Amino acid sequence: MDERKVRESATFPPHVIAEIQRAASEGLYYIRGAGAKRPVPTFDDLVFLGASISRYPLEGYREKCDTNVTIGTRFAKKPIELKIPITIAGMSFGALGANAKQALGHGASAMGTSTTTGDGGMTEEEREASDILVYQYLPSRYGMEPDQLRKADAIEVVAGQGAKPGGGGMLLGQKITDRVAQMRTLPKGIDQRSACRHPDWTGPDDLEIKIQELREITDWEKPIYIKVGATRTKFDTMLAVKAGADAIVIDGMQGGTAATQTCFIEDVGIPTLPAVRQAVEALKELDMHREVQLIVSGGMRTGGDVAKALALGADAVSIGMASLMALNCNAPIYEEDYHALGTRPGSCHHCHTGKCPVGITTQDPELEKRLDPELGAQRVRNYLATLTLECQTLARACGKSHVHNLEPEDMVALTMEAAAMARVPLAGTDWIPGWS
Amino acid sequence: MHTLDLDRMAVRDVNQRLHSDAAGTDTDQRYEILNPMGRHAIAVGLDHPFDVTVRGHAGYYCGSMNKEATVTIDGNAGVGVAENIMSGTVHVTGYASQSAAATGHGGLVVIGGDASARCGISMKGVDIVVGGSVGHMSAFMAQSGHMVVCGDAGESFGDSIYEAQLFVRGSVESLGADCIEKEMGPEHVETVRGLLERAGIDADPAEFRRYGSARQLYNFKIGNIGYY
Ligand SMILES: Cc1cc2nc3c(=O)[nH]c(=O)nc-3n(C[C@H](O)[C@H](O)[C@H](O)COP(=O)(O)O)c2cc1C
Ligand code: SF4
Repeated sequence: MDERKVRESATFPPHVIAEIQRAASEGLYYIRGAGAKRPVPTFDDLVFLGASISRYPLEGYREKCDTNVTIGTRFAKKPIELKIPITIAGMSFGALGANAKQALGHGASAMGTSTTTGDGGMTEEEREASDILVYQYLPSRYGMEPDQLRKADAIEVVAGQGAKPGGGGMLLGQKITDRVAQMRTLPKGIDQRSACRHPDWTGPDDLEIKIQELREITDWEKPIYIKVGATRTKFDTMLAVKAGADAIVIDGMQGGTAATQTCFIEDVGIPTLPAVRQAVEALKELDMHREVQLIVSGGMRTGGDVAKALALGADAVSIGMASLMALNCNAPIYEEDYHALGTRPGSCHHCHTGKCPVGITTQDPELEKRLDPELGAQRVRNYLATLTLECQTLARACGKSHVHNLEPEDMVALTMEAAAMARVPLAGTDWIPGWS
Repeated sequence: MHTLDLDRMAVRDVNQRLHSDAAGTDTDQRYEILNPMGRHAIAVGLDHPFDVTVRGHAGYYCGSMNKEATVTIDGNAGVGVAENIMSGTVHVTGYASQSAAATGHGGLVVIGGDASARCGISMKGVDIVVGGSVGHMSAFMAQSGHMVVCGDAGESFGDSIYEAQLFVRGSVESLGADCIEKEMGPEHVETVRGLLERAGIDADPAEFRRYGSARQLYNFKIGNIGYY
């Protein structure tokens, strides 16, 4: 056979053919974990300019570069103080095992930052492990209890998620143990669907009243966040501000999930990059930038990503998948178990199966043993410390004494798409496609 | 009886008073709230066995997330009355708007008149007794607890229901996906009798019909594609 004559179709590459054939045999959409796999414009397409003759840098390790951030300055009596602008995103007990939750809690606490609950409510262990715990208020209200609201340090009203804006949750039966079933008041072993809309409010006017209710219940103490998947981000940000949010969490389309239909993961929402810019524009237009804090998530991996999100105007970022990777998600260990799932380290997205080869997204006690919570906490701490150092290093190189002093003017774009989306010039030009 | 007048106090001050009094030693545990005038979030997040009466119509989320208290709304209630109630009782003497007792985990919610759409949506253990009828999509995704409807039920009653038990005396316009009529045994008649008694509603429990889950949608199956 003449190999040169064998050409793969760009329209039908092998993974597309495989999906068509899977659909033909199963008759149901594919549900999986993790985030979008398609390429999208990201923070990789931006670079910092660094100091030069016109600007001077700060001395690394000697001159101070602060990283603290306060969230909830608008209305909350007790705003939360984070030592670093990097938080751990909402991931439910149920999707994650108890060891993973504990590791994230202790690791984040060691760095002075927050973790977040998820669908299914708050566990005692999680409250104990996390010095600062944000409590998610989700459409399903599984496990939602007023005592937990009162125990939380902040409340996050989830209107949507980057992996599935407009979609509800899913926890497949294989992950529903007695404890998870009991927390959610549902029978064991069923495929749990979570509603996509809140049961008692729709639209911005209702949301305003909902926020008022949550404040009344908690005596106006706690910061209230609103989390939305990135779609019509400018409008959503404005409406969230109008509804009275203390902070807004914007989750880009790359954002991870424990289990969602692939068509949602890959085909709905906009990338994190343009979403940050749109959210900041909305806040500035309302004169609310830094008054209502902006937390950004979806595909955050490095200190560079953090610094770039902050430079575009975010107050903090939030991390899901990468924090699991710090706990060995997709690490080349227990390879035979990845193979048994039909995948390999580096390509795993099988959180939905409950058979996580490294013991993170599982409720199976044998698999869970593969994640030592203490060691895990140390790894999360190390990872967050590295991100913080990287972010500070970049900020100092741009001459900034606080990471929040980074600004869009410190960056240029390497591609036209990123230039247009982030509204920074294409490198070596003054050109912002679509804007100048 | 303590009197809190919303013409003179902000809702915020009324709620804070009710929260802070819970830790106090006053033996008079009865409160009346005057001039609610449709204000939202009145008497929310109570966690003490107070007896609170709201004299007039309340706005959204009155008595929400209640624990232990008895809250009576002497009038009509807006959206999400007794939302996520944990225990205690919330009693609306008049009518209730949408999503009454939504996601309630426990306790008793009584609506004297009709309740609008989505009554008992995602209920998780609460008992609901409605003197009149309930609107469409009531008991949607109802997980646990009981709903007793003395009048009729609107369209798609009990859609995607889990383990809650529903009882209707009148007609059901249509049943939602996976909701079916089930046999009304003597133990169910007793359950309804007990709930009617607790609600103070005079009706013959033998006249009710029972509805619940066919449990066909509990796991994703290709054969059920039309329901998803
Ligand atoms: C295993 C897992 C479980 C999640 N569970 C929830 C959840 O319960 N509620 C929620 O709002 N988001 C949930 N998310 C989404 C995260 O909160 C966050 O938006 C996302 O992970 C951020 O993107 P990243 O994974 O690229 O960092 C989950 C994500 C993962 C990976
Ligand atoms: S290794 Fe575990 S946590 Fe990572 S993608 Fe696979 S199943 Fe999910």
